[in-house]
Parts: sequence; C-alpha cells; structure tokens
Amino acid sequence: MTAMDWLVILPVLVLSGWALTVLLVDLWIPAKYKFITPLLTVLGLVVTLGLSLSKFGNPQSAFNGMVVVDGFAIFLDFIFLVSGLGAVALAYRYLRRMGIERCEYYSLLMFSISGMMLMTYANDLIMVFLALELLSIPLYVLAGFVRMEVRSEEAALKYFLLGAFSSGFVLYGIGLIFGATSHTELPAVAAAVGKSSANLPMFIVGAALLLVGFGFKQAAVPFHMWSPDVYQGAPSSVTAFMSIGAKAAGFAALMRVFVAAFPSLSADMSWVLWALSALTMIAGNVIAIAQTNIKRLLAYSSIAQTGYLLMAFVPYGNNQVLGDTVAAMLFYLLAYMLTTLGAWAVIIAVEKNGGEGLELKDYAGLGRRHPLLGAAMTIFMVSLIGVPPTLGFWGKFYLFRTALEGGFVWLALIGLLTSLVSAYYYLRVVVIMYMQAGEPETADDLWLRLVALTCAAAVVLLAFMPGSVLSLAVRAVLQIL
Amino acid sequence: MASQFFPILVILALALFVGFFVVVLGTIFGPRRPTARKSSPYESGMVPYGPGTRRMSVRYYLVGVLFILFDIEVVFVLPWAVVFRELGMPGLVLMIVFLVVLEVAFVYAWKKGALEWE
Repeated sequence: MTAMDWLVILPVLVLSGWALTVLLVDLWIPAKYKFITPLLTVLGLVVTLGLSLSKFGNPQSAFNGMVVVDGFAIFLDFIFLVSGLGAVALAYRYLRRMGIERCEYYSLLMFSISGMMLMTYANDLIMVFLALELLSIPLYVLAGFVRMEVRSEEAALKYFLLGAFSSGFVLYGIGLIFGATSHTELPAVAAAVGKSSANLPMFIVGAALLLVGFGFKQAAVPFHMWSPDVYQGAPSSVTAFMSIGAKAAGFAALMRVFVAAFPSLSADMSWVLWALSALTMIAGNVIAIAQTNIKRLLAYSSIAQTGYLLMAFVPYGNNQVLGDTVAAMLFYLLAYMLTTLGAWAVIIAVEKNGGEGLELKDYAGLGRRHPLLGAAMTIFMVSLIGVPPTLGFWGKFYLFRTALEGGFVWLALIGLLTSLVSAYYYLRVVVIMYMQAGEPETADDLWLRLVALTCAAAVVLLAFMPGSVLSLAVRAVLQIL
Repeated sequence: MASQFFPILVILALALFVGFFVVVLGTIFGPRRPTARKSSPYESGMVPYGPGTRRMSVRYYLVGVLFILFDIEVVFVLPWAVVFRELGMPGLVLMIVFLVVLEVAFVYAWKKGALEWE
C-alpha cells in the first residue's frame, strides 16, 4: 500500500469524504439556509467528476490489482455522477414540495454514488461485494424517504429484504468460487480455472449465483419482481436515480466479473444470458402495456431496457466482437441516462402531493397547456422506442448490430419486435398528452424544466453525431485493463 | 472423501434418536400428574402477569443501534491493538480514519437528539 494507491482511487475518496462532511456540516446550518446543502453536494459531485475525467486515457491499477481505474470505469463514473447531479436538481424543490426536505437525501445520494464508482473499479470479488453493499444500503433508505407514506415504507422494506437476499446470493457465489479456485481476484480466478471448467461444479454454481445477484440489481426478468413496487413507492427523484445508477452498476459488475473471471464459461453462459435477455425484453414490454400509472409504466420500461442491454453480454466470450458490444452497451447506457432523467423530470413536474398526478390520464392536455414539457416528453418517449432522430435509435442500432455480428440473429429479431410492441405504450403517453382534453397543473419548478429541456436537447443533438459519441465509448473500452 | 464424513452421519443418527424417540417414549410411557404450578409457562421462574402483548417503550431501540456502533468499534480496535507494534504508523493512520468515520456517525446521532431520553 503506497500513496500512489490512494491517488488512483482519489475520486471515490473525495466523494465519500465529502458525503461525511456534508452530513456533519448540515447539522449546524440553520433552517433558513438549508439551500446550502444541495449546493455543497453539487460542488462535491462536480469536483469528483473533474477528478475522474482527468484519469481518462491513463488506466491504472492499485492495491495489488484489487481496483482498476480504466476508461470503462470512468465512462460509467460519468454516467453515475451526471445522474447524481440530475437527482439533486430534480429533488431540490420536489423534496420541499412533498414535505420531506432533509439533508440526509444528499449525503445518502453521495454514499450511493461512491459505491457505484467503486463497483466499476472493482477487480476483486471482495471489492465487488463491498461496493454492492455500499451502493445498496443508501438506496434502501432513500426508497423509504417519504416515511409518512405507507407505500414508500413498503417500497423500502421490500427493496431491503429482497436486496439483502440477493446480496446473500452474491456472497454465497463468491464463497463457492473461492472454494473452487482459492482466489478472489478476477484474473487469478480465470487463471486458476484455465480453459475448461467442466470439472469444477462449485465454480459453475458460484458463477450462476453471481448472475442471479447482479440480475436482481439490473432488474432482469425473472429477478424483476421488486422493481415496479419499489419504483412506484420511492420518491420520484430517487426512482430516477435508482433506475439509472443501480442498473448501470449492475452492468458494470456483470461486465467486469464475467469478462475477466469467467471466460471459460462463455459457451454455456451465453445461452443463459440469451434466454435472460429475450425473457426480459418480452416480459418487460408486454407487461408495460397494461400499466395505467406512469411510474409503473416507466418501471416496466426500464426492465425492458435491461433486456436490450443484456443483449451486449450474450457474445461475451467472443473476443472479436467483445469490444464492439461493450462500447455499444456504454453508448446505450448514456442514451438511457439522458432519456430517463428527462422523462422523470417531466413526471415530477406533473406529480402532486400524496401520490396524485401519477396516472396516465393526468397527462391529458399537457402538450397544449405546456408545449415545452410536452415536446420534451414526446422526445423522450420516441427515444425510448428507438426512432430516429434520437439517441435511443442509435443505441438500439449499435446493440442490434453487434448482436448480429456475434451471430445472434434471433435475439436481434426479438429486440426489434419487442421495440415495436413498446411503441404502443410509449406513444399512448404522447397521444394522451396531445389528443385528449385536460388542464394539467405543473409544478412551478425551474430546475425540472432545465433538466427536461437539457436532456431533450442532448438526446436530439447528440443523435446527429453518434459516431463521435461511439468513438468515445470505443476509446473507453480500449483502455480496459 | 465420503468416509471422512461417516462420524458426522453417526452423530446425526444419534441426535435424531435422542431428540425423537426418547421424547416419544417419554410421552407414551411416562406418568402424567399435572398441577397448576407444573402447567405454568415457567415452572421454576417468575409467575407471569398481564397479557403477553403489552406495549413497551421502543426508546431502547435507539440505544441498541448506538450500541452496535461501539460494538463494531471494539471488534475492530481490539485485534488492531494486539498487533499494534507490527502495524506501525500506517496501522495507526488507518485506524484513526476508521474512528473518524465512526465518530461522524456518532456526532450525527447525538446532534439529531438520539441521546435525549424524553
């Protein structure tokens, strides 16, 4: 352990230290000046973002290979930190409006983000587990942040119990893998197993248990049961953050662990992932059709997006297409982050106290009454379907293309067909906004409008230069240690 | 490999025998002369009073949670103190970092009024 090691993980150190500081400082801020806390949070997130980005193009490993900070990690850090900034902007007035303005929100947010960042750095199963807990525990608390409301309490308890259960799966899997290979470091595990793992049943079971644990975090079918209830019960700004951050962190862990430690399993695991991906796409999109609550609709939509993202992992043992698929996944995550963040900003603008204003019929007339918000929401819905000219189109285009390159024609076809199905429920939101009469009231909140319009602009403008975004993702992938 | 576990199998069989058959035999053949005192929930303990579902103060819960904080502190500090000389300066610095993080939580709980009894 040297000073160099600490410098490598400096972004995480700064963020977690800042979270502690904000927690303490807020205790002495008088009620009149509470706006200082979110300001401090934004400062911390921006500084961390700067520190993290300054490491791009300079992959390093530290603590005897327990953590690696490479382009892949930094690309995902960017997604976590920007969605964290989004979660602060969404929450700033929303929390006061809902009567739950407490500084712990901001500290817990930062703790959770440091866990997510650590997850992308983790190159050792112990680190993976530590990061998983660090990111999950603050999210359990945040889900129950509206503690006066039964629905929020239920969400927190459900998330906590099922989350603890899935952590158990991960831990048991790590135990079995350690038992089979006597290593926890990912490259060492792969080296100990060698080319074939046929004579190591414990190792195979361990890998399957890890897949279950990560599948829970990503909300992949059949491990998705918690997500609609939790997404609905949690405060909307938390849901927005959770549906981006926790999902991306699950994919980071899956990518690190499976590519680095389980190349020997790729032939068999690829069919398991194939089935998982197909099932998630079909179930998510089909169940979403029946939803009338916008939060549940987006919850099922985010399950469906998990299915598309899982597509990138199916050919994970094939080194020729691996780089392309991971780059496509990073691109899709970026598109998903911008789209989802904006869509939640619109939802929060329409939401009222006590869980009102969350039904689809509350959106009737939004397009005429508030043309900007309506237009932004239309862009997000179109991007989630994957229609040009939006970033979502390119995300799906690259994902399907890499699936075809890997030789998974049927999977790409299922993706295409389920996208068509999804057009029904996404466009229904647009139809209700423009075709039905109504006078919806929206919250007078500048920050929500700012987030919605910025995201809408980014989703459209970046779609005109998908090549440069993708080449950034490719550069990030090329630096993987 | 399997023969190593044979003693465990024997113990399992014995445990099943003692736990199951002995109790069954006792209930079948044993004499039964219940008295009011014998049938009470704690035959040789306190006489229970009131219903079992009384309300209790949950203020102890906060004390319990804070106790965990210091419990964990001791769990980490004790082994650290044993090998303190071998760890040297880096060990001291890391332990101080750990304690600072822990104390932040304590100060937070204190300032939020977790220690106020009323």
